[in-house]
Amino acid sequence: MTKLLRMPSNPGQAVAHEITLGFDVERVRADFPILQTKIHGHNLVYLDNAATSQKPKAAIAAITRYYERDNANIHRGVHYLSERATAEFEAARKTVQMFLNAPYPAEIVFVRGATEAINLVAQTYGRATVSAGDEVVITALEHHSNIVPWQMLCEEKGAMLRIVPINDDGDLILEELDRLLGPRTKIVAVSHVSNALGTVNAITDIVQRSHAKNIPVLIDGAQAAPRLTVDVQKLGCDFYAFSGHKAYGPTGIGILYGKSDLLEAMPPYQGGGDMIRSVTFEKTIYNKIPHKFEAGTPDMSGAVGLNAALKYLNRLGMDNIAAHEAELLAYATDAISRIPGIRVIGTAKEKAGVLSFVMEGVHPHDIGTILDQEGIAIRTGHHCAQPVMERFGVDATARVSLGLYNTKQEIDALVRGIHNIRKVFA
Amino acid sequence: MPDLRELYQELILEHSKSPRNYRRLAQANRKAEGYNPLCGDHFTVYVQTSGDAIHDISFQGSGCAISKASASMMTQSLKGKTTQEARELFEHFHRTVTGEKNGESAQLGKLSVFAGVAEFPTRVKCATLAWHTLEAALQGKQDPISTE
Repeated sequence: MTKLLRMPSNPGQAVAHEITLGFDVERVRADFPILQTKIHGHNLVYLDNAATSQKPKAAIAAITRYYERDNANIHRGVHYLSERATAEFEAARKTVQMFLNAPYPAEIVFVRGATEAINLVAQTYGRATVSAGDEVVITALEHHSNIVPWQMLCEEKGAMLRIVPINDDGDLILEELDRLLGPRTKIVAVSHVSNALGTVNAITDIVQRSHAKNIPVLIDGAQAAPRLTVDVQKLGCDFYAFSGHKAYGPTGIGILYGKSDLLEAMPPYQGGGDMIRSVTFEKTIYNKIPHKFEAGTPDMSGAVGLNAALKYLNRLGMDNIAAHEAELLAYATDAISRIPGIRVIGTAKEKAGVLSFVMEGVHPHDIGTILDQEGIAIRTGHHCAQPVMERFGVDATARVSLGLYNTKQEIDALVRGIHNIRKVFA
Repeated sequence: MPDLRELYQELILEHSKSPRNYRRLAQANRKAEGYNPLCGDHFTVYVQTSGDAIHDISFQGSGCAISKASASMMTQSLKGKTTQEARELFEHFHRTVTGEKNGESAQLGKLSVFAGVAEFPTRVKCATLAWHTLEAALQGKQDPISTE
């Protein structure tokens, strides 16, 4: 089978670098249709963005447009629509490349989400390099998706999972990282921003410490990609994973960035169509990267939707989004900390987007139900980070997580809602 | 629109603040652990049966107001009942909190304060966790049971 892969000839498909001065949250809110929804008769106050973000019209429209005008299978047909769908798909790859400032588009692998990206690395790079007695280093503030794939790998190989601890604020104790990194360490996997605590980890520092011992680093960027400017070259990391749906794009699509030399050396992930160059019953020759890791028909409309979402973020400017959320987080932290009986869980020096707390005498689940009656959506529970809960001696927390469309008025509504909880439980 | 006061009835709040029979039961001959992995609620239910009768029953653990009050009131209402009566009561309770049946208050007694849960589908598991755990204890299950 010969395969002609045509890159889009129109560079206008790439990210438009528009300069936005300031950040008008009211104008931005109009771009998100769901924010008009009434919940139990109240305006929706959506503060569960770390679970999934809402979608701008641009992304929703792009998906509809794709199905109405461009849909065909990619990378194989010679017909016009297939070419056009392929161009759309590869244009999305290019947008992601620029969003992460990756050197090459071939370093961007489309997957289902951050979870699959991490599993891909564990199952390919991990299985090829980790042997009995080796070690994998993760941290105490990881989401289950950056724990379990490594645990499974270690179990299979007879390797050891080592954990970098956190202090009472939720900051990683980096001196311990130095102690854990040894000749048997095969990979370090760490989140950029903690989903349960909001801690922003010192990735550049972690990468330098690990690279000094020739150990590659995977970053779980699920919470960072929608909140911070991510530059994989500046960070220096070897792998970076994120989910489209947390970055204002659709569900079902996610990204693994990997340095090309690593990706090329790695065995394939799943076998199937599109990941091969030639197949005989004696031997299959694999396709080049990134296609080697993209077996089967991918989520084409998802890639198109993600492309539109990331372009939307670029138009707003990630620095503007980060500044807006930082201001809101400071405002919310101040207001919530003042409420008697509240304990904020996670007080790291540098935080982004996430505010976890517990309330004396009221279980987080009850907080969630009572706030929901006022249209306020927060997450309650262990946030897929049970080791973090254990570290802070709680079963669950209430978690407020911000998005680019949240406002101070919404935080005020949240604070009023928390005061109402006291009334119910008085 | 569901009313919070229907869910957080005074009796429920009172039981969640001062749960009854909240202790380990040294003489228990049946015991089970129940866990809701979605929210982290977990309870241990202890039962002391003599013949077919529930001689004593208690619980320990942590959870939200609904799950804790439900466990507390369950232990209160089952002391002295037969295991068969307990199962029947659970059936009535379950149908009430899932909204399959209204009323039934004659059989449910005080437990009918949980009828408001039916308006809050996400909280049904909270209200039934202790009961599922009891069922496991009576069946002599060894592994912790889960709502999922």
